[in-house]
Amino acid sequence: MVLVSVEHLTRIFDVSKPWLNRLVERRRKAFLTAVSDVSFEIEEKTVYALVGESGSGKSTVGKMLVGLLSPSEGSVKIRDVDLARETDAGKVDAVRADIQMIFQDPFASLNPRWRVRDIIVEPVAARGGQTEGLAEKLLEQVGLSARDAGKFPHEFSGGQRQRICIARALASEPKLIVCDEPTSALDVSVQAQVLNLMSDLKDDLGLTYLFISHDLTVVQHISDRVGVLYLGRLVEEADPDALFDDPKHPYTQMLLAAAPQLGSFGREVPPPKGEIPDPINPPSGCAYHPRCPLVGDICKVERPQMRMLRGAKVACHMAR
Amino acid sequence: MVLLLQETEYPNMTQPILSIRDLTVEIPTRYGILRPVDGVSYDIAPGEILGVVGESGAGKSMAGNAVIGLLSPPARISRGEIHVNGARIDHLKGDAMRRLRGKEIGMVFQDPLTSLNPLLRIGDQLTETILAHLDVTKAQAAERAIAALDEVGIPGARERINSYPHEFSGGMRQRVVIALALCAEPSLIIADEPTTALDVSVQAQIIALLKQLCRDRGTAVMLITHDMGVIAEAADRVAVMYAGKLVELGPVRDVLTTPRHPYTDGLMGSTPLASRGKARLHQIPGAMPRLDSLPSGCAFHPRCPYATARCKADPAPTLSDGGGAAACFFPLPHATKVA
Repeated sequence: MVLVSVEHLTRIFDVSKPWLNRLVERRRKAFLTAVSDVSFEIEEKTVYALVGESGSGKSTVGKMLVGLLSPSEGSVKIRDVDLARETDAGKVDAVRADIQMIFQDPFASLNPRWRVRDIIVEPVAARGGQTEGLAEKLLEQVGLSARDAGKFPHEFSGGQRQRICIARALASEPKLIVCDEPTSALDVSVQAQVLNLMSDLKDDLGLTYLFISHDLTVVQHISDRVGVLYLGRLVEEADPDALFDDPKHPYTQMLLAAAPQLGSFGREVPPPKGEIPDPINPPSGCAYHPRCPLVGDICKVERPQMRMLRGAKVACHMAR
Repeated sequence: MVLLLQETEYPNMTQPILSIRDLTVEIPTRYGILRPVDGVSYDIAPGEILGVVGESGAGKSMAGNAVIGLLSPPARISRGEIHVNGARIDHLKGDAMRRLRGKEIGMVFQDPLTSLNPLLRIGDQLTETILAHLDVTKAQAAERAIAALDEVGIPGARERINSYPHEFSGGMRQRVVIALALCAEPSLIIADEPTTALDVSVQAQIIALLKQLCRDRGTAVMLITHDMGVIAEAADRVAVMYAGKLVELGPVRDVLTTPRHPYTDGLMGSTPLASRGKARLHQIPGAMPRLDSLPSGCAFHPRCPYATARCKADPAPTLSDGGGAAACFFPLPHATKVA
């Protein structure tokens, strides 16, 4: 069953200078298209991973999914409820309780003045729920001790704090958890602990994850479906095996080739050319065409649509 | 000590650029003396990239800062020696160290934006460094600055020299920082997490650049990182640090494929790999101990699956340079796990 369906999602930010500056300097308004016409679906009890480099719009998609940002165009539907447009407040509330988020930096996402118990039960307490003994139970579920409930965040290490963030996300018994780079700030050995914990919780509680990451090896390890974003556009979507063994979009191929690999000692690959373009003035046609080795005339004028190719979806004119 | 020095003779090798012997850094605090770096010894040969890996708190950056003389008080070198091109530098102070820093040793930090002065054009920052260390005129310095930018692959160097740091992208900024580290032609570069703040594709560009410069100029590079993948691709040898101590040192292929120290083995096991598929990751239980509460004996024993009574009681053997051995009583591969 489809839990989340994202259709033609677009988010445009107004990054203009103040009106007086525009008047004096004779500048036009400037708009940054962070996410452009992105569509995908997340099946229940699976892990959907969004990968991309900085500026690719992956976090913006995540924020629109939880309702922290509203879409400029298109829609996010969670169990057929469009959070931005639904008028029935009861329905919206019910769906919102089913979504939680885990952020990248466990040092910035916990209030330093609150005790761990209060942090964890907040999503339930805010809705007037029963919180007796809840924090203790959740702490043990994420591998900490019930006695930790009375402590403050500064008494914990980075990995332990991320476990507290996970406990908080679990408190309202959500169905969907949006994880925005949950292990990027952690060391490898701690990352392994957190990734294992997340897989266990997913199996035990039947959770669905949207897993946002720039780390391809982590994505390959945890995901059931992967979407690759480039400059706010979804360029390829496939199952991890298909994506990593047979990448079809030239950008995915470049990303995979550039990622450092443990087995490739002293590997000499020609490093990728160029950098991600300015999203305020994106290239015409396919956004990747200035860096693409396969570029043809059509790429410069027409934006490629998603099409099926050998069991994957790819937005490229040239991929064969 | 005598034994250690004998073992580290290099009959067939040229003199190492950097040679660290028994380096110990201490921080006196109210609660006692902390040792973020404890008895570390290694060499870096000309043209060699030595990868220094470890998790946060392992002391890898502190060791780099000690070499370039950037320890902030009260941290100080309490024991050991640092030699660069045969000259001892660990006791140098003030001006003497300043002349060396930039001239003999270049440094590349993690965040390229904070290592450049936002108010100065990059050309001015480069010529300032060149004039400070080399005996050239201003015009010659400007030419050298352009050449340095050219070398690190900045297009249109002659025009870009008048740009400010904010006008460059993250990857280009890191190239400028590398140009800055290289412009006085140092024989050693310390790169402290040079690609951690960058995207994968830009990271590949910067790593390729470092390798090429190292090969062309014979510069020795100390590459400090926590990313095993970067180490595998860039480094010739790798030094693994844990809680201030060097636990394993050897050629990168040997250390990564057949680790001898249980910590290195655990690190490799917890790194997600394509070949392992979706199998559960190996976990090292617990976390790196705090420096003010180091365990007795071998600092890794509470997390080690093979720990015995001896590991709890006796300090682990120290690692001498030269071999592929590990600082462990029972280096891998060995008998069964102790329950």
